[in-house]
Amino acid sequence: MTEISSSIRNTIVGSVVPIRGNDMDTDRIIPARFLRTVTFDGLGEHVFEDDRSGGGHPFDEAKYAKAKVLLANDNFGCGSSREHAPQALMRWGIEAFVAEAFAEIFFGNCVALGLPCLKASAAAVARLMAAVEADPKLVVTCDIDAEQVWFGADSIQAQVPKGARQQFLDGSWDALGQLLDQPEAISAAAEKLPYVSGF
Amino acid sequence: MSKNLFEKVWDSHSVRELASGQTQLFVGLHLVHEVTSPQAFQMLRERGLKVMHPERTYATVDHIIPTDMRARPFLDDLAEQMMVAIETNVREFEVPLFDMNDQRQGIVHVIGPELGLTQPGMTIACGDSHTSTHGAFGSIAFGIGTSQVRDVLASQCLAMGRPQVRRIEINGPLGAGVYAKDVTLHVIGALGVKGGVGFAYEYAGEVLDRMSMEERMTVCNMSIEGGARCGYVNPDQTTYEYLEGRAHVPKDAEFARAVDWWQSKASTEDAEYDDVVKIDGACIDPTVTWGINPGQSCAVGGTLPRPQDANGDGASIAEALEYMGFEGGQPIAGTSIDVAFIGSCTNSRISDLREAAKVAKGRKVASGVRALVVPGSHDVRDQAQAEGLDQVFRDAGFEWREAGCSMCLAMNPDKLQGREMCASSSNRNFKGRQGSPTGRTMLMSPAMVAAAAIQGEVHDVRDLLS
Repeated sequence: MTEISSSIRNTIVGSVVPIRGNDMDTDRIIPARFLRTVTFDGLGEHVFEDDRSGGGHPFDEAKYAKAKVLLANDNFGCGSSREHAPQALMRWGIEAFVAEAFAEIFFGNCVALGLPCLKASAAAVARLMAAVEADPKLVVTCDIDAEQVWFGADSIQAQVPKGARQQFLDGSWDALGQLLDQPEAISAAAEKLPYVSGF
Repeated sequence: MSKNLFEKVWDSHSVRELASGQTQLFVGLHLVHEVTSPQAFQMLRERGLKVMHPERTYATVDHIIPTDMRARPFLDDLAEQMMVAIETNVREFEVPLFDMNDQRQGIVHVIGPELGLTQPGMTIACGDSHTSTHGAFGSIAFGIGTSQVRDVLASQCLAMGRPQVRRIEINGPLGAGVYAKDVTLHVIGALGVKGGVGFAYEYAGEVLDRMSMEERMTVCNMSIEGGARCGYVNPDQTTYEYLEGRAHVPKDAEFARAVDWWQSKASTEDAEYDDVVKIDGACIDPTVTWGINPGQSCAVGGTLPRPQDANGDGASIAEALEYMGFEGGQPIAGTSIDVAFIGSCTNSRISDLREAAKVAKGRKVASGVRALVVPGSHDVRDQAQAEGLDQVFRDAGFEWREAGCSMCLAMNPDKLQGREMCASSSNRNFKGRQGSPTGRTMLMSPAMVAAAAIQGEVHDVRDLLS
């Protein structure tokens, strides 16, 4: 298993793979049968497996093979809490996501893995998607601090909520260190709860 | 104006504000299962960490276990490895495990309430999106990913941003043959599968007030299908009566004091919300999904939408119709099924089985239909058997199984084959969800699944209720 270590995630620079369609759920990203594992190793090769079996999937097209940014439509990552979904995408090579909206648990899982999810308007996503499909080699820069995705001389606005943005910018997206920072504060909070301290 | 339940529970569990602006939130109950935990325990090992509160942590097995042949080692080597992993992990980290031979085993969202582990005013987390189920008790319960499972194991805390709160008030009468499942499918259909993103849902109104705890669990269970990570119902007398006497619930004078504290967490009439939605219960019919997400549903007497008629997303409708093999405009009733599945954390409790058994009693499963009933826990199984429900189902031609997640997500031997069409009491109709990459799912209430099993096609259960 890869050791997860927190580092600053300010910009992600790379080409883009477009995944068209709303409500792309986690069962499609990684079907449940691949969750029969005690590690996250090897998940990358099964990402979108069933969607890819029909042929013609962007993840199988040579022109998108080195993409680092996944571009999607609305409600990307809805469904299950399986971290296997962002793990599979990360192990395939994805380092950031741009979409019209993300499902909440998927978003949280991505933060915990240091994978920024940037939210853009439908029109902005459509504009970037058209640019990528016209030129699959197009390299974009996801700028987390500026909340922009740059491509050539053009750019779209793409938001990252304040808390998560701060975590990427100061490298605190692996929250565990901070959570363990003040154990006495945890005990104090717990002791105030009668179901912990006794009714 | 006063705080709603969500705000009170959030504030009382807030440890501190983190540098990112998020809240460090104390988790009162952590439920663990075999699929999303092995990597989390391994991360603890790699960092030399312990489980901070093993006494607030409970593990069970539900997702991968077979519901018929339970002998170890399992025929599936990968499933066996996962069982060995959780057994090793709970031993090493001293977490209690309700394994397959334990009377307390069952689907994690069925046994938490059954054992009285789930209580009002708590925060509850589990590496499973249907953790929202526990909100039925007036707790704040949400699904988390594996790295967050690691965080909770190690620190009993989560780093989270606070969502907004939307009150969904459902008033009026519910018709005969209309169940909690229909209510939740109706809400998701009305507000959309991402309508709840960024919100916690407070379900309220006369319909919720009248519901049993099991019905409230069905509604809260599917909050996540509407995009809301958590959904809850304010605790009331129904809640306290359900809890009294359960294994982990305080007793006698302590119980009375607990009720006072629980009640103090409930939203009062002057509570404020970020949004309020009102729904007329009288408008809810038995509801069936026709598409590939739980928001794509219609009343059993309804017809499927046409992509060209859609106000919004015609492409999604077209994709769903193509996958399901349906035509826009066709009636949903009369759609042939191959498989009928009654089970899952949404609908595998005793009241679900009773309602389905009323429909199945004295009737036969249609020829060519494979039908199975999978109780949510050992206790549900035993209660059903004591009431003779297992025999009702067997006589009708259903298979009667042991407790587990079974064909809801099909990471175990219970799976659809090829393009089979399944009438299912579960919670997701995603492409491939039930184990076959081309398998098809129609979500409905357990009674409607029983009706579909008997008729061999989608059928209005109200015709079969005398």
